[in-house]
Amino acid sequence: MQNFLSTEKKPIGPGPQKNRLKFLYSKKAAPYIFVSPFIISFLFLFLYPFASAVNMSFQRVLPGQVEYVGLSNFERVFNPTFYQALQNTSVYVILTVVILTVLPMIFAIFLNHKLMKYSTFFRAAIFIPALTSVIVAGTIFRMIFGDSDGAIANQILNLIGLSPLEWRYGAGTGMFLMVTLASWRWMGVNILYFLAALQNVSNDLYEAADIDGANVWQKFRNVTFPAIKPVVIFLTTISIINGFRMFEESFVFWETSSPGNIGLTVVGYIYQEGIQRNDMGFGAAIGIVLLIVILIISAIQLYLTGAFKKDD
Amino acid sequence: MKKFLFLMASGALLLSGCGDNGNDGGSDNSGNEEASDGPNLEATQVIGDDVEGATELTFWNFNELHTGFFEDAVTRWNEEFPDRAIQLTAETYPIDQMHNNLLLSLQSGSGAPDIADIEVSMFANFLQGEPQMLPLNDKIEPELDNLVESRYQMYAKDGQFYGMDYHVGATVMYYNEEIMNEAGVDIDSIKTWDDYVEAGKKVVENTDAMMTTVESDETWSFQPLISQRESDYFDENGDVILDNDINVDTLQFLHDLVYEHEIAELTPGGFHHAEEYYGYMNEGGAASVMMPMWYMGRFLDYMEDLDGKMQIRPLPLWEEGGNRSAGMGGTGTVVTNQTEEPELAKDFLAYSKLTEEGNIQLWKILGFDPPRHDVWDNEEMRADNRFYDYFHDDIFDILLDVRDEIAEVNITEQTSNATQEIQSNVMHSVLRDQSKTPEEALTDAADAVRSRMSE
Repeated sequence: MQNFLSTEKKPIGPGPQKNRLKFLYSKKAAPYIFVSPFIISFLFLFLYPFASAVNMSFQRVLPGQVEYVGLSNFERVFNPTFYQALQNTSVYVILTVVILTVLPMIFAIFLNHKLMKYSTFFRAAIFIPALTSVIVAGTIFRMIFGDSDGAIANQILNLIGLSPLEWRYGAGTGMFLMVTLASWRWMGVNILYFLAALQNVSNDLYEAADIDGANVWQKFRNVTFPAIKPVVIFLTTISIINGFRMFEESFVFWETSSPGNIGLTVVGYIYQEGIQRNDMGFGAAIGIVLLIVILIISAIQLYLTGAFKKDD
Repeated sequence: MKKFLFLMASGALLLSGCGDNGNDGGSDNSGNEEASDGPNLEATQVIGDDVEGATELTFWNFNELHTGFFEDAVTRWNEEFPDRAIQLTAETYPIDQMHNNLLLSLQSGSGAPDIADIEVSMFANFLQGEPQMLPLNDKIEPELDNLVESRYQMYAKDGQFYGMDYHVGATVMYYNEEIMNEAGVDIDSIKTWDDYVEAGKKVVENTDAMMTTVESDETWSFQPLISQRESDYFDENGDVILDNDINVDTLQFLHDLVYEHEIAELTPGGFHHAEEYYGYMNEGGAASVMMPMWYMGRFLDYMEDLDGKMQIRPLPLWEEGGNRSAGMGGTGTVVTNQTEEPELAKDFLAYSKLTEEGNIQLWKILGFDPPRHDVWDNEEMRADNRFYDYFHDDIFDILLDVRDEIAEVNITEQTSNATQEIQSNVMHSVLRDQSKTPEEALTDAADAVRSRMSE
């Protein structure tokens, strides 16, 4: 510090410069300086786009002609296509939330068990899908679930005596494809979360439970589950948000238009309207509506799981 | 409060998520014109960087083959006009990404290239509001007599021409002669669609193949046929005519090919650019397919086993004296209003796309039927190339024959809406689900487009 000050050309007095340096050491200011990288990136990368999306949702945006159109974009949002998209997305969210919390939990409990052999190998193997890109994995899935009788999935159906399916053309099978792709991809990551939580459960508790004569279910309900409950809450929240934001899982199977809109998601609808049909104001309005939907659902979910209570 | 902030942040994440999702469409298999199938890798190529003092221009496209065409054009231009030499940076992006980026940069007023390719089905978006592209009338109008004019009207608004196409996209019938012979049908005896249906019945009876395939996911079966009958999605005033009698009748015809005459099946993979279809066709799954001339390249690249077996013929007639072709697809090259060298960019574009030499190169390099019809009987066009080897020698005689039988396609600001409705609803409900009659499906789609126009 002394060195730094002595290199200054001006004689150092109790001038403004010293005050400025003092500011750095102020206990009040320092926290703000440390969080400023986050605040700044939040302001520029999140809040600004968010604000301009809100602004844009009241506009009609065309090259050289941007005008405010009041609520007309929002009036158009609630149309049959939007409801179809919202329905597809909601079904997808429900399925992925259930599959991606229950199955990883069960798998993690198995993998964490003393009697499980090769658990490290399984852990690694099950995690690998998370490293692939949705586009690459989706392309492979598309081939596996091709329309022809020669595609792998249809060959398997054939083997067990069922007739081949046109996977990408039915509402049910279409949803199956999207959910399967997402489940396959995220299973490993979610298992890791559960494993981390499980390993924190002290063995003493199980021993104590054994002494008290608890059966397997009681041990799970009263010892294991309380320990992994935060993970369950976290994963449901993340799965809900990611589910509503889903785009690629649908894109890889049908690109931007699916037959009868069976694969249309809300974000896909934003893309279709905002970019492909060049109606950015309308696209922004759909985005705002989606934001509100996610806010409400997440709030309900967090309230029900008691996440707010600890804060208060 | 903390939770609230967290939720706000996740909401913002959601919004930003939409932004980058749009850009990662890694592979594009849709039948968008000459877009190369399979993964489109990004590529940048600088042409003419060995010329000192050359003016730098940038060019965006979605198909690397187009870079090859401009590479040749730049080389010739720099030899001919050394004092106005050009250094062209050609950048290739996946088709969706390129159009999104171009649209956004034109919207925001910065970042656009000097020259860009715009695919015809997306062109409508660029004509909305005030087009951010330079009119090319001073280049196109003097040559209009030598050009297939309908191909330039597609890229026009209020009498201003904005784009120059690569090809006419004349729709023809590709017959697999081996199958037709096996069925005992002389392809030159097929004059009308009735003949075609009769021939189809013989094919189905006498061979293992189907007569043809009908697209259920895209519009390369429907649109050429209505255009052949001089109908369209929109009339010349831009009003929706999607549900007119001709269109209903045509869609019924496609439906009947599959379900009544039983000579066609739905295209494996849903459209004629699907991997599944290439394999199916290559193995002799169908005796014919209706596609534009530029589809020749697909045969060369993906259906090697059909080498020497395919014959190109004009489309069968609907009625005596009708049209035997339709111009389909297209990519308009435009000069954006952000260029710093408007004259140079326009002159160069006209040199590459409008001159006789340029049009001959369109055929030689890309295998396209060039928009300038006065070169179609040029000697240079007759020189041997891989397309003649695969097909036959009189390709351009057929084209000359149908030259005046190509109806105009009306592209309006609503074209992408109409395409979207047809692809996601009409074809599916009529051809695959059979849940709606052609009339119901087309009326619904037309009403959906009309309701957007009244907003």
